[in-house]
Amino acid sequence: MRSLVFLSAEGKGFVPPSSNDFELPPVFGNNAFTTKPIFMVFLSVILVSVFFILSSRKAAIVPSKFQFAGESVYAFVRNDLARDVIGHDFMRFVPYLFTLFTFILTNNLFGIIPLLQFPTMSRVSFPYVLAITVYLVFHYVGIRKQGAWKYFKEIMFMPGVPKAAYILITPLELLTFLLVRPLTLSLRLFANMFAGHLLLLVFILGGEHLLQGVIGLKLISPFAFFIGIVLTFFEFMVQCLQAYIFTLLAALYIAGALADEH
Amino acid sequence: MTGTLNLVGFGLAAIGPGIATGLIFAAYINGVARQPEARSVLQPIAFLGFALAEALALFGLVLAFVL
Repeated sequence: MRSLVFLSAEGKGFVPPSSNDFELPPVFGNNAFTTKPIFMVFLSVILVSVFFILSSRKAAIVPSKFQFAGESVYAFVRNDLARDVIGHDFMRFVPYLFTLFTFILTNNLFGIIPLLQFPTMSRVSFPYVLAITVYLVFHYVGIRKQGAWKYFKEIMFMPGVPKAAYILITPLELLTFLLVRPLTLSLRLFANMFAGHLLLLVFILGGEHLLQGVIGLKLISPFAFFIGIVLTFFEFMVQCLQAYIFTLLAALYIAGALADEH
Repeated sequence: MTGTLNLVGFGLAAIGPGIATGLIFAAYINGVARQPEARSVLQPIAFLGFALAEALALFGLVLAFVL
């Protein structure tokens, strides 16, 4: 393996992509607030707003293709996510879930859109913020519905469990609700985008590196690019799936906080 | 060859979630094959289980880079 690596670049070894590749320099100025991911977040907000305002502006009974595209996304979030998971009284959560889904989806898709090609969510702070909003929403909703005392009592002392088991269950449940849920929610999105981008980097940069090698390695390089392209489609699937899963889990947590019995 | 043993550890740690994900989707496919109309009910459950199992692998990935 190592000899191959050396063959390919006349003594200059291949530098595998690492987590350093995710720390982009600022576009202008010299601070941490003007990096590419920040601009992509703003871009995604503009794109999502413009798309859905335009698609719903001239709404007709017989929808145009544009209107249909916008409405099918909305119908997906409303019916398959909000209604099926939260049940009755789901309408007041649809705006939030819809925003989450479209925002995350757009930001994830930036990972494979040419020229942008960087999933915003592979910077961990963005998923953290999203998870914090979910965290606040589902605790707020639960406390509003059941009252703070009853809500935390139901978390800590699940009904229908033998008394002795509370020694084990109470700390675990508290840990789940207060720490594990927001942490897994954000880390799942982050790690998927991070790993996916890294995977693409390995194959595309590796393929490019092989091109600079001897003739035998040049012949291998198209395969690396080909796998890179296949993986891009795979990434597309993962990005849609992660946006779906994030929203699904947010809806599930809200549904759990709303339910009378856990 | 340089590198870190963390990645080997991550490879080992990914076996469990890999098997788990396989089992979840096997059960999901089985269920849909036996009763196709149950698809819409089973889908969120399957993806929820998948997400939970996958989270373990992803923690491993994050820790492999962090530690």
